[in-house]
Amino acid sequence: MIDFFPFKKTIPFMSWGKVTTAISLLTFLFSVWALWDKGLNLGVDFTGGTVIEVSYEQPADLPAIRGALEKTGLPEVTVQSFGTSRDVLIRLPVRGDTDAAQTSNRVMAALTAADAGVELRRVDFVGPQVGKELYDSGALALLVVTFGIMAYLAIRFEWRFAVAGMLANLHDIVIILGVFAFFQWEFTLTVLAGVLAVLGYSVNESVVIFDRIRENIRKMRGATIPHIIDDAITRTMSRTIITHGSTQIMVLSMLFFGGEALHNFALALTIGIMFGIYSSTLVASPLLLMFGIKREHFIKPVEKKEEAVV
Amino acid sequence: MNRFPLWKYALIGFTLVAAFLYALPNFFGQAPAVQVSPVRTLEKADPALLAKMESLLKASSVAYDGMELADNSIKARFASTDLQIKAKDVLENGLGERYTVALNLLPASPAWLSAISALPMNLGLDLRGGVHFLLEVDMKAAQEKAAIRYQNDFRTELRSDKIRYGRISREGDAVTVHFATRDQRDAAINKLGTVFTDLAYTAEDQADAFTLTARLKPEAEKQVQEFALQQNITTLRNRVNELGVAEPVIQQQGANRVVVQLPGVQDTAKAKDILGRTATLEIRMVDELADPLALAQGQAPFGTDIVPTREGTLIAVKKDVVLTGDSITNATPGFDNTSGQAAVHINLDGKGARIFKDVTRENVNKRMAILLIEKGRAEAITAPVIREEIGGGRVQVTGMESAQEASDVALLLRAGALAAPMQIVEERTVGPSMGAENIAKGFNANIWGFIAVVIFITFYYRVFGLFSSIALAINGFFLIALLSLLQATLTLPGMAAIALTLGMAIDANVLINERIREELRNGATPQAAISAGYERAWGTILDANITTLIAGFSLFWLGSGPVRGFAVVLCLGILTSMFSAVTVSRAMANLTYGRQARLAKLSI
Repeated sequence: MIDFFPFKKTIPFMSWGKVTTAISLLTFLFSVWALWDKGLNLGVDFTGGTVIEVSYEQPADLPAIRGALEKTGLPEVTVQSFGTSRDVLIRLPVRGDTDAAQTSNRVMAALTAADAGVELRRVDFVGPQVGKELYDSGALALLVVTFGIMAYLAIRFEWRFAVAGMLANLHDIVIILGVFAFFQWEFTLTVLAGVLAVLGYSVNESVVIFDRIRENIRKMRGATIPHIIDDAITRTMSRTIITHGSTQIMVLSMLFFGGEALHNFALALTIGIMFGIYSSTLVASPLLLMFGIKREHFIKPVEKKEEAVV
Repeated sequence: MNRFPLWKYALIGFTLVAAFLYALPNFFGQAPAVQVSPVRTLEKADPALLAKMESLLKASSVAYDGMELADNSIKARFASTDLQIKAKDVLENGLGERYTVALNLLPASPAWLSAISALPMNLGLDLRGGVHFLLEVDMKAAQEKAAIRYQNDFRTELRSDKIRYGRISREGDAVTVHFATRDQRDAAINKLGTVFTDLAYTAEDQADAFTLTARLKPEAEKQVQEFALQQNITTLRNRVNELGVAEPVIQQQGANRVVVQLPGVQDTAKAKDILGRTATLEIRMVDELADPLALAQGQAPFGTDIVPTREGTLIAVKKDVVLTGDSITNATPGFDNTSGQAAVHINLDGKGARIFKDVTRENVNKRMAILLIEKGRAEAITAPVIREEIGGGRVQVTGMESAQEASDVALLLRAGALAAPMQIVEERTVGPSMGAENIAKGFNANIWGFIAVVIFITFYYRVFGLFSSIALAINGFFLIALLSLLQATLTLPGMAAIALTLGMAIDANVLINERIREELRNGATPQAAISAGYERAWGTILDANITTLIAGFSLFWLGSGPVRGFAVVLCLGILTSMFSAVTVSRAMANLTYGRQARLAKLSI
């Protein structure tokens, strides 16, 4: 039997409370600062505008492309290389006038005139109204997922667990968003989908640990609550690492083989998985202690049942 | 304790075979094909057409791999894209304008699979290339158009009842009629109220006049909007047919939007041009007394609009609309019999023909203008002089610069006018090479990730890791089979979701295997450990998956397009993983260990 985690003794996670709280607080504050100071680099999905990806047979001559596009009179065009030196990404901000949809045609016409070897790879044009709607429904989805999971945890366990689990997960989301803001990685619709999926997924972690805590409270009658929590975390440690390791392998595969389209999606998942492990073990559980979880919260209904049998 | 009854094995075996069969078509790829369908919906694709296609292809010795007639179109398969394109040219030239010839892809899976309706998943535009447009209908304009129609109708009704009225003005979607006396106004309300029941009338006594203001009732307003949307969808469908796209999707989205998806379209500029033409057509009389100098200064005579002509001059046209594009039933390009100039032949419907006959009789030797109104700008395509009364609803319009222009104008007229202007509010174009690359990337991400997970899990859990890996592969088959059965559309985010669910699905097996190890550590016998491991882990597995399902459902509910695809795959993947990870892997464990009464050691 191979065992990466042959823990004979319970690891005293709860005694590290001060350190982990400090770490959480620091990263959290850092993320809030990054979000406040730099803001998310929202993709065209949310802001509206036009993104055009083209590729050339030879390495692209960016100044020449900029020159060709300047002649079209389109304002605020940004041109940058993308992935390889032959691929070019052209961004145009959203414009108020009615023929915004024709923008990509004008760009392509100008580029083809300058160099006939250009090939259109992708166009994303999102009107301002649609962008706003996508933004709103994205924000709503975030709220629905957050409260849906919270409600589930509250039904399944107890309100203290629900609040602890949810705070730990909000902490994850803020950190994912903060990292995206700090590095100014583009935040697109796909990335949002990834963030929400990983939110649902990393709550699993809290669920598994909470399950154990509940079971331990019933079984380990003599133990203190911190010891019970430590034991629960230690015993689920192996599963945590193996499961998240497997998911992370898939995510890394997407990062390496999935190309530019899945790159930021995979990055969001990676941060989500890493902080998901950290927060469910070292944020959610100390919070439980803080909320003053007691044996009586669980034992009572069981005792009643036993009396009835007797 | 670790034995399944025979029926359980049989059931699992049956689901495995079914999943394998229905997932199979996705691995055969797709064959290039050419699809021929009649332009007009009334015409049918029939065996005669099929025979004609066969003889055309044989005559130019283009080899094809089979031809089938289904859903009012005929599809021919080819061995290579070169042959496909060659065949398209041959068929286009041979069949003429009555048929559209479009490039398509057909599943290359064998016929016996198609016979049990095992079909591959549809590929999304990001995987096969193509254009996605979201168009928004300008509902305000639709209502204003309805108001303009009432404005004209009011005149006719009041005139026929000899009710004297003053000015008829329109502001937005409200039409106001001025009267000299209250009696006239009340008579008008009575009269109009019985004829136009969709309108709500408000009377107002002003210092200098008595007015009535008519507005659409809310339910009529809603109906106008619905009609506008439906007519625009029909018009778009006609225009897309003219483009020759194999499997276009044209769907209503929400109250005022239309989704248009054109797979495989490469000339996106042309597609956008034809779809985006928010052209409406109006025939109006020209005011010939207008002073050209005054027009140049923007001073229109009362009751007229200034409109530029194609030659760059300005003319004044009366505000009264003689006919709109709705009355046009057909338009074909051609040549004028006497002068040989390029011309467009227009056919009008019965009502249009009657009106046209009356107007031309009353206005011989005057000019009438055909206006093309695009994005609020009107342009006179032509302003011919009426030589004589034109009856029978057949009109010939000359004044086109070239045969190409005549055919463009004819296409616009034929495709029908839009009930209200539309605007592209979202566009997603993916080039064909990008689509193929995305498939390869999505596939590679899945396969390499899967291999790595299998190595990791088998190394860590040995025989039970192998069970888990096989269960994981089976989960993949279940998921693909289910998506194929639902005929879901696979997108790149969907492929990412497959990878993600495969990564997450292993969680259930890890939970089970860890439980078994723990039971063994606590001194349980191997058989008891297997049994307890599976049973005790089940509750946790259920719990853990429900939170992800909550996220998946929310994304499906609130997401759009590719995010929805992601959510569907995520939710289905979680459901299939619960079955494969628990039941299928248990079956393997039972088959391997269940019969060994004195099992001393487990490889875990």
